[in-house]
Amino acid sequence: MDTPPPWLAIAQEQMGLTAFIAGIGGVFEQAWPVARARLPYSEKLVGNPQTGVVHGGVITAMLDHTSGLAVMAKLRAFTPIATLDLRIDYMRPAKPHQDIVSECECLRVAHEVAFVRGVAHQGDASDPIALSTAAFMLLQNAIFPGAT
Amino acid sequence: MSEDPYVDPAALLEAVPFCRYLGITVAKSGDGLLLTMPFAPHLVGNPMLPALHGGVTGSLLETAAVMQVAYETGGKNLPTPVDITVDYLRSARAATSYARARIARQGRRVVNVQAEM
Repeated sequence: MDTPPPWLAIAQEQMGLTAFIAGIGGVFEQAWPVARARLPYSEKLVGNPQTGVVHGGVITAMLDHTSGLAVMAKLRAFTPIATLDLRIDYMRPAKPHQDIVSECECLRVAHEVAFVRGVAHQGDASDPIALSTAAFMLLQNAIFPGAT
Repeated sequence: MSEDPYVDPAALLEAVPFCRYLGITVAKSGDGLLLTMPFAPHLVGNPMLPALHGGVTGSLLETAAVMQVAYETGGKNLPTPVDITVDYLRSARAATSYARARIARQGRRVVNVQAEM
């Protein structure tokens, strides 16, 4: 798609309000053509108290959520989505006291599944913290949203 | 510190700020560990269902895997994940979640762990 869908700004705002992401301090910077979010460092995100390195789950959460936003940017109509699977390869530990940036691109939207790849870095995308590959289910035909 | 921190997994987990933020606690259970994470509003990823954020699910699973490796190997440092693959079977509802992990293979440098929530 050459232009982002008109409701994307609303979706981006809504996704930024998600309790968990807002709680850890994640901010969405853009949704299209590449979805990008930024997470400032804070003490509560630390996973290793000896080194001050953030918990891997923080990076998982940012890549998951940013991947979801990347899918939204590719959809022609607003559709609820759910993560089907998510693979994270940790390239190196995140440096303490630096922002974490997650950038994700939706490569393909099929009928019911969308595929996304992403990268988490600290300012230089060629020196990544982690790479992600995710698949999302499109729930446009969901009859029982609670069962997804 | 006079004691090996891995003697007590609860103390080890309590020292991790992000696990405190998520509200994860751990107890010995059978051969391994059982992690418990009570529901809390700040863990929500989808307010409509409501459901836990996928990243919270991933965090609990990764924590279960890391804790199990630390517990079984008794190392001095927390193991560092190389990669993680999460298969989401359904959304995690607004209720207390539990996770446990099992070491599938332990090599000299790399451990393969399966965790379930």
